[in-house]
Amino acid sequence: MRIVFAALLTVFTSLPALAYRVAPVADKVTQTECGACHMVYPAALLPARSWDAITADLANHFGEDASLEQTVVDGIKAYLMANAGDVAGDGRGLIRGLPQDQTPLRITELPMFTRIHGNFSPRTMKKIGVAGNCSFCHQAATKGMFEDD
Amino acid sequence: MSLKAWIVTGAFIGGLAVPVLAAAGQDAVLAQYKTQAIAADPAFAGFSAKRGAELYKSSNSAGGPDTPSCSSCHTASPLKAGMTRAGKAIEPMAVSASPSRFTDIAKTEKWFGRNCKTVLGRACSAQEKGDFITYLSGL
Repeated sequence: MRIVFAALLTVFTSLPALAYRVAPVADKVTQTECGACHMVYPAALLPARSWDAITADLANHFGEDASLEQTVVDGIKAYLMANAGDVAGDGRGLIRGLPQDQTPLRITELPMFTRIHGNFSPRTMKKIGVAGNCSFCHQAATKGMFEDD
Repeated sequence: MSLKAWIVTGAFIGGLAVPVLAAAGQDAVLAQYKTQAIAADPAFAGFSAKRGAELYKSSNSAGGPDTPSCSSCHTASPLKAGMTRAGKAIEPMAVSASPSRFTDIAKTEKWFGRNCKTVLGRACSAQEKGDFITYLSGL
């Protein structure tokens, strides 16, 4: 029994830390324009209908005017929708369990987000500023890597 | 290519570069706003760094509730780096700290277009834009 336990312990401690991986944004314009104000959220973190809704109202983007020329918006929208979690992905990951009739505008509104993170304490919020500042803890977030620590 | 051809080519490129360099910096952008400011008001008497500073520091209620002032994101000192509400660092606004500021008219217009609406709740006039750039160019 003791040997089995020791063997299991060795296996678990030698495994790399759990990480959630998605494809990083590969489109240059999306990187530049979205990345001008916030971390570049990988497209797989939301379903296509969410990207559709977000890019349809950039003049009112979470309290900011993030307007862009329509041709630029169209390109970004096409990229994000084609690579969305329910299109390019398998519908698992962060969008798992999201009801089909819901169109969240924030990644932090996803059921899985809350399940994984719980609610951030006021102290944590003071440090990270906004809940969507993934890179504050997940340093490789824009590369699509979310380490479990 | 012969040496002579290289020299001729180099001289040609060098000759082209001079007017491009002369038009670089903030002058080209300011000149465009000056033209617009005169068109809007024939009595326009030049841009003012003082008015630009007042605009930068002003507190407004017509824009977004989280962004009453330029300093909300850019901090009270344009010489310092700011931070977007989403936690991303913003290079300082002062030209002395960020020389590429206001050298690209399309980029300049894009950000005035967005941020005047977010902070002031309206578009900025050409005079306001010129005042703002004049202030930030002289720090």
